[in-house]
Formats: sequence, structure tokens, C-alpha cells
Amino acid sequence: MGGELSEVCYAVDERGRYVVAPSLGWEPKNIANSQAWQEVEQRALAALDRVRAGEASPLFFHMTRHQMSTPLLARYVGLFRWRVRRHLTPKGYAKMSPAHRQRYADLFEVSVDDLDRLPESVTLTPRY
Amino acid sequence: MATTKEIPFDHRQGSHCESGVTSNLLQHHGQSISEAMAFGIGEGIFFAYLPFIKVNALPLTAYRCEAGAILKRASRRMGCRLKWQTFRDPARAMDELDRKLDEGTPVGCRTGGYWLPYFPEAYRIHFNLHNLVVYGRRGDDYLISDPVFPEPVVCARKDLIKARFAKGALAPRGAMYHVAASSLRFDQSAAILGGIRGVCRRMLHTPAPIVGVRGIRFLARRLEKWPGKLGERRALQCLGQLIRMQEEIGTGGAGFRFMYAAFLQEAGDRLHAPRLHEISNELTAVGDQWREFAVAGARICKGRSAPEAPYSNLASLLAECAAGEDRVFRSLKDFVRRVAQVRL
Repeated sequence: MGGELSEVCYAVDERGRYVVAPSLGWEPKNIANSQAWQEVEQRALAALDRVRAGEASPLFFHMTRHQMSTPLLARYVGLFRWRVRRHLTPKGYAKMSPAHRQRYADLFEVSVDDLDRLPESVTLTPRY
Repeated sequence: MATTKEIPFDHRQGSHCESGVTSNLLQHHGQSISEAMAFGIGEGIFFAYLPFIKVNALPLTAYRCEAGAILKRASRRMGCRLKWQTFRDPARAMDELDRKLDEGTPVGCRTGGYWLPYFPEAYRIHFNLHNLVVYGRRGDDYLISDPVFPEPVVCARKDLIKARFAKGALAPRGAMYHVAASSLRFDQSAAILGGIRGVCRRMLHTPAPIVGVRGIRFLARRLEKWPGKLGERRALQCLGQLIRMQEEIGTGGAGFRFMYAAFLQEAGDRLHAPRLHEISNELTAVGDQWREFAVAGARICKGRSAPEAPYSNLASLLAECAAGEDRVFRSLKDFVRRVAQVRL
């Protein structure tokens, strides 16, 4: 699969009949989409900074990168919110049990060790 | 259990997942129904502004009816019975899916949009209202007819599990469905008229102020106050989300208007009712107004708006859309009533 998704839409042909035609994409949608993606990227970058500054755990970065909120993340790993919130702090993260680490790693599809590793930077490049 | 199974399934690309799935599934069971027809008979067109449901931490605007409703209504009206199942346990959900596939029945699944690997990254959001049909498997890979895509796609078992058990608002809980019984005896014109009647009821006569034509007006009033109430940045985000919802999710609000207009046209052909063609043209014009609204909104998002009061300008555009839809659905209601009288 390529990065581009070729969509179809309903359009009126020259005789005024509706036909299903390939959509060429159009600007308002692209603007709205790229605005949304910039927002996601900014949030991820801000999270990265906070983790580097020692204000939050790497988990906080992964969560933000995957556009999740604490309640959503808690639902995914099947833990209480307060527990996840604790794991989002560096202190709580350090004390996390291996079983819990495994759950997060499975969710984000990285190895348990890679959970600690942070990328240099984040570029979420939507292809429009 | 067979590890390889491929049910012959006719994949047709649609512009919206649920109506696409509906038309593809029913087609498989011998009904001839286009996507637009499924959308119309299933009463797909809708509007609701739901500020208390958050997607991406921003308010949700729905331009179509709730998930599953198109499927349910369209199949009922077309003389089919759907069997729905939800699961608590992913393993059982997958076993049941495999069992159905082995029986040779294609299965529809409701999934989240974030975990499907064949989605381009740019389209991945936590939005749990996607529909697709699984029509076979090869070992651990499932063969999927996803109506949004031009060709059938393949998805690994572990990703499909994740997508079927996506969490968050409106979680699918592994929901799957198949056509359990289909009879070919049904009155197509009754199905069409029933679909139109239901839509009029919900667009014009809802008790809730955030639904239907009233909902559009409500949103117009709210939108005007966004910059003052939420601050410039947050207002922009909300606006961006609104436009994204309108133009992207599913087929987008304006897209739904055009699809419904296509349905009216097809219905007009089948019922030999030129009046429906006229109304279809009017709805196309309303769809264009929605697009105008999107263009103006996107301009603000980009910081390119000229007028000094951009939001009130937008609000008046939206109010025009509301007026247009009001006209369209009132004429439709009138039409249905007249046809009913003739038939009696």
C-alpha cells in the first residue's frame, strides 16, 4: 500500500447525473488535516522535551505520540488511571513491574527495552 | 480448521465505510443495491453537534447517523436479517470470525481506525467507527474488503485484534455481523419511501436542540462565540476539527449531502418521480454551501481570512446551510406524504 489513499466521491457529470468519481483531494480538507497533524506533532515534541527535562517518564512521550490521553491508555492496558498516571512520572516509571512494562510495550509494539529509548526528534509527515 | 479460505467477494470501493459495507454485503447476498441506495434506505444523512463527546480532545460533530444504524435499517428494509455479536474476549471474537469464514460467510466488523496497518499514517486517528468486511484468510493474514480502499487489503491477525478491540469513546468491543437470512421479496419503493420518511423525521422534528436542522443552527450560534469563549488558539483547533469532521471522517458532511443527493436521483429513477430529481438538485446546492463553509473555515485556520469578524461570517454561512437543509427536508416530507396519499 502506498501512502496515498485514493478516495472516491459523488460528483455530478455534465448531464447532471451523479457518478462515483475519484476524488482529487481538495484544499480545505488538506488544510484541516495538516493543521491537525501539526498539532499532534507539536504535542509529541513538547512531550519529548518534558521527558528530557525529567518532568515525565518516557511513557508520557509514547502516549502523546500515539495521540492518547491517560484514560484511553489506561483502558488499553487494563490498568486503573491512577496507576497509569503514576507510571507517567519518572519515579513511578522506574518502579514499574516487568509485567506492566510488557503491557505497554505490547500496546506500542516496541520491545521492552525500547520503551526507554526516545527518538531524537519527531516528524509526523502526513502525505498530502 | 482451514488456515486458508477465500470467499469470492465482490469488492467495490465506496466513499463511506458503513454504506459501502452495507451495499457490498447485501450485494453478496443477492441484493442489487448501490452505496448511495444503502445510504438512503438506511437513513444515513444526519446532523448532530455533540460537544460533550471528545475526539482528540475536541468536540464531535456528526454528519451522519450513529454507527451501525445504516446497516441495521438498510438490511431490515431490504428484507435481510443481520446477526450482530460483540465480545469480551478477543480470542473468542477471532474464533467466531474464523468459524464464520469457514462456513463461507463474509463477516462485517466494526473497528477502530488507529491500528489498521494498511491505513496511511495520516489517516490514523482514534476513531472507533470504521467498518470493513473480512472475506477470507491466509494463515495469520486476513483478507479484507475495506470499502474506502480501491482494492482489497490484507491485515495481520494481531493488528485486526487490536483494531476490533480498540478502546475509548464508542469502543467496538469486537463487534461483528453477518447476514443471517435474506429474502428477496420486499417492496423496494416502500423501502425507499420509508428511508426518506425516517430521515425527515430526524432532521426536522427532534426534541433535542443539537440534532438535525436545529443542531446546525445551534452550532452556528456556538461557533460565533468560540473566539471569545475559548480563546483564539482553541477556537482555531475546534474549527479545524469541525472542518476535518466535515470533509474527512467517513466522506465528510458535504460528501454525505452529495451522496444523499445521488440517492434521491436513483430513487427518482426507480419511482419515476421527477420531483425527487428536483429535490436532489436542491440538495446538491446545499452541499455546495457546506463546501463554501469549509473553504471559509479553512481560510481562517490558515490565517488568511480577510473579514474582521471571521467567525460571525462563518456562522451566517452555516445558518444558510441550515436554511437550505430545512427546505430540502420539508419538500421531501411533503413528497412522501403525497405519494402515501396516492397509494392509499
